[in-house]
Formats: sequence, C-alpha cells, structure tokens
Amino acid sequence: MVDRGRRTAREFFLLALFAAALLLISAHANAATLVRVSVKAPDHVRIWTAPPLTAAQQRPANFHFSEAAAPDAPMSVTAVTPQSDGSVLLTVDTTVRASERYRLVIDDPPLARDVAPSRLALLLAVFLSSALIQNFVFTRYLGLCIFFGVSKKTDTAVGMGVTFTAVMVFTAMFSWAVDSFVLRPLHLEFLQVLVFIGAVACVVQFLDTMLKKTHPVLHRGFGVYLMLITTNCIILAVPLLNAQAHATFGEALALALGSGLGFALALFLMSCARERLELARVPKAFTGLPIAFALAGLFALAFMGFSGLDFFR
Amino acid sequence: MSAHGTTPAVSGPPPSPWQLLVNGILTENPVFRLALSLCPAVAVTTTVLNGLILGVAVLAVQVLSSMTVAIFRGVIHPRVRIPVYTIIIAVWVSAIDMTLAAFAPAVYAQVGLYVKLIVAFAIIISRLEVFASRQPLVPSFFDGLGMGLGFLLALVTIGAFRELLGNGSVLGYHVLPSQPLLFFALPAGGFFSIALLMAFFNWLERARGGKPAASGGSHG
Repeated sequence: MVDRGRRTAREFFLLALFAAALLLISAHANAATLVRVSVKAPDHVRIWTAPPLTAAQQRPANFHFSEAAAPDAPMSVTAVTPQSDGSVLLTVDTTVRASERYRLVIDDPPLARDVAPSRLALLLAVFLSSALIQNFVFTRYLGLCIFFGVSKKTDTAVGMGVTFTAVMVFTAMFSWAVDSFVLRPLHLEFLQVLVFIGAVACVVQFLDTMLKKTHPVLHRGFGVYLMLITTNCIILAVPLLNAQAHATFGEALALALGSGLGFALALFLMSCARERLELARVPKAFTGLPIAFALAGLFALAFMGFSGLDFFR
Repeated sequence: MSAHGTTPAVSGPPPSPWQLLVNGILTENPVFRLALSLCPAVAVTTTVLNGLILGVAVLAVQVLSSMTVAIFRGVIHPRVRIPVYTIIIAVWVSAIDMTLAAFAPAVYAQVGLYVKLIVAFAIIISRLEVFASRQPLVPSFFDGLGMGLGFLLALVTIGAFRELLGNGSVLGYHVLPSQPLLFFALPAGGFFSIALLMAFFNWLERARGGKPAASGGSHG
C-alpha cells in the first residue's frame, strides 16, 4: 500500500513537473501576442497586445506600418501614445482608412499581423457608397433618360424605383454567377456586354412570368415598368461595374441593392420637386426638360455633400 | 417629320443623303431635339476629347449597325426584331470597345464604362427600328452617319462649353488665364450646362417659329 502510494505520489509529481514545463514552454512561445489591431481614420492605429508593451518598447522606430500591397514602403510612425487600457496608439504621417488592407510589424517583441477590414463593414461601405456617394443619377449620370421620363409623378416614381431595385438585385446575382463561373475561367471577358444584356433580358422575362402567375395584383401594378427596363443603361451598368471590380458575391449584391435604392431615392426626391414645379412660373425657353435638368443639377450639388462621408471612423 | 420623341417610321422613297445628314445634325439632333441618350451627354463631357472619343464610338456603332440591319432586313422576322437588333448592336459595341481600349487607352480609362453602355442607348435602336429596317443600304448609311454626327457634335459642343468654363482650356490647351467657373467641370455642372444649352436651342427654335423640343420620357 505504502509502495503504491509512494509511486502514485511520484507519478503525480512527474506529471506536475511535465505540465509545468509545458506551461513554461508555451508561455515562452506566446511571450507576447497581438490581440487586436484597429485602424482609426485618418491617421491613427490602435494596438492591443498581451502582455502590454513596456515603456522601452513604445518607441516609434519599433513599429513598421505599411499598406499590404507595398510592405517595403512603410509609413513613418510619428508618435506612440500609451492608452489607459494597456493598448498603444500609433500616429502615422499618412492618411489611413479602415477599409484598406495594411501590414503591421513590431521588432520587439517580434510580432506581425495583416490588418484587414471587417467583412460586414466592407459590405456596408459598398452599399452606402453606391447609394449616396456614387449615386447613379447624380454622380455617375446613369439612367438619366428614364429618370427624367418617369419622375413627373410620385406614384410612378416609387413603382419604378422598387421595380428597378428588384431587377438589379436579380440581374447582379445571375450575371455574377455567369461572370465568375463561365466567362472568367474560360477567358471570355470580351463577351461581357453581349452576355450581360442577354442576362438582363432573361431576368426581366423570368420576373414578368413569375409575377404574372404568383402575384397577379403586383404584376398589374409593376408589370408596365418591367418591360420598359429590359435594355436600360442603369441595369446593365451594375453587372459591368461588378465584373470590372472582380467583386465577391456579397459585394455584388451590396452594390446592386445600394444602387437600386439610391436610384429609387433620386426618383422619389425628383418627383416631389417636379410636382411643385408644375405650379411655378418658368421662363418659356426653360419649360420641360431644361428646367428639370437645372433641378437635377441642384440635387447633384446637394449630393456632393456626401462625398466626404467616411464610414470607418 | 416631327421633332417630337416619337418619330414616325420612314417608309416610301428614301430622302436624299444631304437631307438625311441635315436631319440628323439639326432637325432631329439626338441630344438637343429628341432628348435621347442623355446619360453620356452629361457623363463624359467634362473635356472635349472625352466627348469626341465617345461621339466617334457612337458614330461608328450607329453606322455599322444601321448598315448591318439594312442588309439583313429581309431575313429578320418582325416578331424577334428587337432582340436581333440588340445582339447586332452588342456585337459592334464589343468590337469598338476593344478597338478603343487598344488605340486610346488613356481616354478609354475614363469613358470605358460608357462605351460598353452604348449597347443600351435608345438613339441607336430607335434609328434601326425607324429607318434602317425599312430602307436599303445606302440611305441607311447616310441616316446613321447623320445621326452619329449629330450626336458627336452635341457631345463636342457640351464638352467645349464645360471645358472652357470649368478648366479654361479647349482640347487640353489653355486659352484662358484662369479657371473661370470650376463648377462646370463638377458633376452638378454637367446638368446645368445641358439645361442652359437646351434652353438656348429651344429659344433659337422658338425665334425661328418652330416647335419646342421633346419633353423627354424615351428611355435608354
């Protein structure tokens, strides 16, 4: 009994020693970790490490921060400020944005990390920028003919905006699949225009048939607009822009939804203003389209205010 | 022929080449009179050169697809004519797109998207429908040439107006010592330039006793 008890104690001691050694080794290997790196526009980077950096390690020369695409051209770090929660705040001399990819290298302790924007934030940025900053009508000047054509009454404008958004989203999904699974693998990019316009026609026809069978009431409301938009530059522009940017599925969807809603917003605003315009006394030469263009110009001026918008502060 | 948005189809004996050219450039100018294909008219006309390149692209696509449709007008079944026209235009647009990308890469970087979007321009398909599908090759060629030139001239006019006021230059050469109204080079300025030029053409037509231009509504 005693013998066995002694052996058990010895085994236990050995096991404890082994565990302690393991812990020590792992503790040494994980001497320091980068817990989190966050880019604060316009010129700050906040770094959380475990354990916190010592005062000696908080020298600007200890940090190398660069764009992921150009790791050999680091930005110069002008200041390192310790924060109350143990993190440090770097100040760099170049404008940084949370939507870009960066690379952070620390000499002591030896650490490195690629800093990528969060996926959800990126999608939100694509969505909002296509709806407001790069509004199809007021900044990219697409779909102007239909914009001036159907913005005379608010009801029509809203119906058209909803239909456009729906068709855009379906077209973007369909043409994204065709582009990334057929055209690009086979190096047939020169067929993009031809294929995308076919895709738009197919989607519109499909939606028309579907709506007619499943939601006849909705079809009676929106069917008229559906057939009007088969070959429209604004619908065709979404797949082309996505293909140009080699967008992921999520980005393609966000761009389509953002552009569609942005277009609907533009139509709605314009129709409200034009209903008022009916009552105004306009110089004879300006009646009709010219005054509508001047009105759109005023809206475009207002939308320019969105151009400084930054979602990653 | 009326200057309104819905132009009656041209059948019967074809007009003379000269009439067709004048019709396209003045009487039925696509931008100022018919109010068709306005998107590129605002989008690419920040400089004369951009307007010129896109105008040339549209001219080429219009002439080539008018001729193609005129040649095959006996073969195309009326029921499927719109898809067939669209495919014919898309083929020529792809060809012109690749040509421009190869020979004018600097300008193409700025107007590339709009060159691809020529496929959706209402002016081209409406000329195919109204004219080229009913007339032989030679008149179709001149009709396409007239319409294309009218579009080209409109783009160059707007481009010159905006580049001169916004940048103080014409075709990149500085002719004014300063930039008088930078506003006109901005997106919003494009809308105002079209408004002013369109009002001017309306006033001109009114002074001559003609009808005002179309009020818009044609899509594309």
